[in-house]
Amino acid sequence: MNLLWLIGVPLVTALAVLLSRNRDQVRWIALTGAAAQLGVAIMLYFLYTKERSAGNTAAILFQQDHEIFSSLHIRFHLGVDGISVAMIMLTAFVGIAGALVSWNIEKMTKEFYFLLVLLSLGAYGFFISLNLFVLFFFLEISVIPKYLLIGIWGSGRKEYSANKLALMLMGGSALILVGILGLYFASGNSFDLVELSNMNLPAATQKLIFPLLFIGFGVFTALFPLHTWVPDGHSSAPTAGSMFLAGISMKLGGYGCLRVATWLLPAGAVAYSNIIIVLSVIAILYGAFATMMQKDLKYINAYSSVSHVGFSLLGIGMLTQTAITGSLMQMVSHGLMTALFFAVIGMIYDRTHTRMVGEMGGLMKMMPFISTVFFIVGLCSLGLPGLSGFVAEMTVFVGSWENDHMIYRIATILAAMSIVVTAVYILRAVGQTAMGPVKNESFLTLTDARWNEKLAAILLLLAILAIGLVPGWLNDLLRPSAEAIMQKVSAFK
Amino acid sequence: MMNLNTTLLLLIPFLPLAGFVILGLWGRKIFKANAGWVGTLLMLASFLIAVYTAYEYFTHSSGGHYDKIVPINYTWLKFSSTLSINMGIMLDPISVMMIVVVTLVSLMVHIYSLGYMKGEERFPTYYAFLGLFTFSMLGLVLSSNLFQIYIFWELVGVSSFLLIGYYYDRPSAVAAAKKAFIVTRFADLGFLIGILILSYCAGTLDFTTMINTLTSPESSELKTSLTYSFLGVSALTWGAALVFIGGAGKSAMFPLHIWLPDAMEGPTPVSALIHAATMVVAGVFLVARLFPVFSFTTPGVLQVVGWVGAFSAGFAAIIACTQTDIKRVLAYSTMSQIGYMMFALGVSGMGGEEGAGYTASMFHLFTHAMFKALLFLGAGAVIHYVHSNDMKDMGGLRKYMPLTHLTFLVACLAIAGIPPFAGFFSKEAILHAAYQHNTIIYWIALLTSGLTAFYMFRLYFNIFWNKPHQAHGEKHGEGGFAMMLPLVLLGLGAIGAGFIPFGKFVSADGNPLHMETDIAFSVLPVSLGVAGILLAAWFYLKQNSRPDAVASGLNGFYKAAYHKFYIDEIYQFVTKKIIFNCIGRPAAWFDRNVVDGLINLAGSGTEAVSAGIKKMQSGKVQQYGMYFLVAALALAALFIYILK
Amino acid sequence: MQPGLYHILFISTGLFFIGAYGFFTRKNLITMLMSIELILNSVNLNFIAFNKYLWPNQMDGLFFTLFIIAIAAAEAAVAIAIIINLYRNHQSIDVDDAEELKY
Repeated sequence: MNLLWLIGVPLVTALAVLLSRNRDQVRWIALTGAAAQLGVAIMLYFLYTKERSAGNTAAILFQQDHEIFSSLHIRFHLGVDGISVAMIMLTAFVGIAGALVSWNIEKMTKEFYFLLVLLSLGAYGFFISLNLFVLFFFLEISVIPKYLLIGIWGSGRKEYSANKLALMLMGGSALILVGILGLYFASGNSFDLVELSNMNLPAATQKLIFPLLFIGFGVFTALFPLHTWVPDGHSSAPTAGSMFLAGISMKLGGYGCLRVATWLLPAGAVAYSNIIIVLSVIAILYGAFATMMQKDLKYINAYSSVSHVGFSLLGIGMLTQTAITGSLMQMVSHGLMTALFFAVIGMIYDRTHTRMVGEMGGLMKMMPFISTVFFIVGLCSLGLPGLSGFVAEMTVFVGSWENDHMIYRIATILAAMSIVVTAVYILRAVGQTAMGPVKNESFLTLTDARWNEKLAAILLLLAILAIGLVPGWLNDLLRPSAEAIMQKVSAFK
Repeated sequence: MMNLNTTLLLLIPFLPLAGFVILGLWGRKIFKANAGWVGTLLMLASFLIAVYTAYEYFTHSSGGHYDKIVPINYTWLKFSSTLSINMGIMLDPISVMMIVVVTLVSLMVHIYSLGYMKGEERFPTYYAFLGLFTFSMLGLVLSSNLFQIYIFWELVGVSSFLLIGYYYDRPSAVAAAKKAFIVTRFADLGFLIGILILSYCAGTLDFTTMINTLTSPESSELKTSLTYSFLGVSALTWGAALVFIGGAGKSAMFPLHIWLPDAMEGPTPVSALIHAATMVVAGVFLVARLFPVFSFTTPGVLQVVGWVGAFSAGFAAIIACTQTDIKRVLAYSTMSQIGYMMFALGVSGMGGEEGAGYTASMFHLFTHAMFKALLFLGAGAVIHYVHSNDMKDMGGLRKYMPLTHLTFLVACLAIAGIPPFAGFFSKEAILHAAYQHNTIIYWIALLTSGLTAFYMFRLYFNIFWNKPHQAHGEKHGEGGFAMMLPLVLLGLGAIGAGFIPFGKFVSADGNPLHMETDIAFSVLPVSLGVAGILLAAWFYLKQNSRPDAVASGLNGFYKAAYHKFYIDEIYQFVTKKIIFNCIGRPAAWFDRNVVDGLINLAGSGTEAVSAGIKKMQSGKVQQYGMYFLVAALALAALFIYILK
Repeated sequence: MQPGLYHILFISTGLFFIGAYGFFTRKNLITMLMSIELILNSVNLNFIAFNKYLWPNQMDGLFFTLFIIAIAAAEAAVAIAIIINLYRNHQSIDVDDAEELKY
């Protein structure tokens, strides 16, 4: 399959959005584009699995390599493995759901959709590029739209949040850039991921560069203590913005931590794994406890994201094949789940014009669909079997437990304790909003979800159920690629 | 050989699931008031298949021995070549017995609810939830894999949350549902870690393999696992103990019992299904499922199981004597009876006569399901009529609800252990097993059985005798046919279930066990039971001042028991004061102020530095010239004198 | 006594710093312009002196001097034009009044 489709479709969509004349055209073009993108992503999955079952064991499939800037070794090198395929599908699902829930945006519709498409373009490019420079380029492409989305269409302290988010992410990018240049010079002028991964740089160099890349990507994926853009950014962003931010953008960081930092610098990953574990366990517990005290639905989800993303970092830190698979599953699962969570919060906010749990109550009566989805996604967040969160968390736990040392065991147990805290805050949020008596009489006239909202929720729910009920396919997709990373790592363990 | 079709087996759990899906998606739009019938018919089909399965299974023993068979085993999630989560069906005597119990009670509740829940706004949703619960419970008992049991364990938890919180607009129901879920979740944390430890020790999650590995002294896995220890206790013991914590949470053992009385906020048929006959015995089932591991590898944990069970039995019985909410009395009585099952397992050994406790425990589980479901359904009928849960609003109801009265009496006699009702046989077996293994537990159990008779008849007399009833009009108090049928059927069960030669079918090692009732041994428990009944009659048959006199005589103790020994208050203190105020609030504060403060400090620091630097850009030409001159001189000096 | 290179350099250095002093202390733009002329002339003097004493056979220094004189003339013209414009805007030719370009 030609991977240029993945960049071409959003590019064409973006141009078409710019050229369209009225709001209706914009919306339909963006939706068609997102649907086409979903189609391409699903096709990619089937072609990929077909190729694999035909016995192709190359680490990276569908490679293509174009010269851009030969003197600096910048080449347009594309290719995917199981991890990228999973992430691309995640992006496509979140993308179409985001386009659907933004249906009623009034202010500057064209620009809004353009930025959304641009953001997903950056994500697709990031997930398929195999050249560090191009990868960095796409990473930056996905940062700028966030700033504008929050700054223009946001709510609350939007300027502050937009600045904070953009500056922190840019700070992360700066570290990444330094790391990439370090790799470039240490390796004798190569930006190519495949080449670099086969190069076996000296361990001292790896240990030097690893923190730069890991912290840099860590900022994107809310590594403790660099997570504070998450609550502010999410709470100020418009609904689709939060969805993209949590569903896609945070995954760029996780993917980068694994694909760039761990894969290219296995010795560094081994050397720093303890620190990563400590930080992620702190993030998991601390995020969960901090969530317990939040009163704003968006803050609740933002802090719980810090906690949940901690699981995927924990998986990376644990450095076993199962843990890394679990970490990737958690990325996919969290992306879907949190996007849906934000979508539902947006739907509730559009109707009640409040996000404070204390002011709601009994929404189940007026909006059974929204409340039911809210409840289901809450259950997914607290790790109910049958939904994606459970599969991912359990895989991380089992993988972490494989490490045969008391420290790892204790870290796992501490991380597992968060499932109780999660249950507390999720049930509290659901109990106070969806259940209980109706507190505000004016809410009695509210209506349930419209077609576009229903469609968005159903698409994401289907994805969550597909992972939760039959996790085998995702496991089969991710595990071999995780194994490829582990092969590099195990040499240094 | 057995004639069991795998598709047919799958239908047992999947028919209720189909009910959940169909009613959940289309119940409100298409089926509406007919939703109950859809659910009930699916449940009936499931029940019939379960009975057929049980018949096939129990009539095809290999020379009296019942094997464990795993007809379906599907790899759900693979971790490594040996470790994977499988979804399978395992048939052995206890799982076959359980599917019959679960489908039977569930069917009764389905039928009963046709009358009890009639006209509810969310009638289809109610049946959908019942379907989900039944599916999860059946999945739990049929599990072939330790992780599978955990998966269904959680599903059972959430469906119980949904059913307890069915009246979602009542704050008390929501609070009770949350409490039930969170307390059991806390226990499940232990269960999960226990699973991780056991799976690591055994190298597998599959029950059959795990039990074989951990109970054969030669297996290398067992030998290596015994070398691991933490805080001086072997890893396997930790694992088994943690798994038991999970079981204790679901089975409402002390001190994780606090959710059960509150869970009575749910509709009464739900209490009959979940909090009497099925979900709360999941913990007992879990211990029974892993019994060989407990018994062989970690006998210390089994001791703990015994003591926790015995203590819970007595503790709950004391509280039950003081409660006035009839459902809460039943809830504590459930806790007490489950305590019986637990300590019966705790005093049991593995094979032959030693395993009498195991069989007795399962037997009691079976009979208890009948009479406790009956008690709850009877209580439901009473509540349906008087619209109150409190004993004070009842009395003299025997004239208005003769059938309910009769069946309730049967159930009370059964739970009090009066022959020839079902409870007599199973309780006798438990006491017998306890007598042979642990005298202290035996005495606790004996006293508890007297207390049981007392508080059950206190309940009975208070509802049906005591003061005359102020009639709610001339209307007869019984519910419709749908509500009477289950009462009658379960009543027959409560009378007849004891005569089943249970030991022939269920035993710890699969070989038949001969159980007989020893008349001499039975005299003491039965006479204690009769004494309890007579005492209750003396207090409560007619309205009088004796109960109050005794209560004030026992002042402090009575008050403590009435307030459930303040366990709830302790939990409240720990969660609200310690966890919320000492961990949650500081964490949130720390994040907003310290962590975010540092980030903001980085921003404001940069700003301050730039504010200082920008002063240089004064716009004064001469100043710029001066900078230029000084810099030029400095550079000149640098190049001339230093860098030469 | 025949004046040597050092004497001339001494004078030009003196001239330079007088110019620099004037540039930094005077607030009147015309005076500052005059000070710049002094600085330029001190440079001219240096060129001539070096040319005369070190490379007497060459003419480079002289050409540079002529160049600088020409540029100084052009510069004076431009500077005075700027000063006039400043005066039109500020009604003053005090250098401290023209600080619009600060931060």
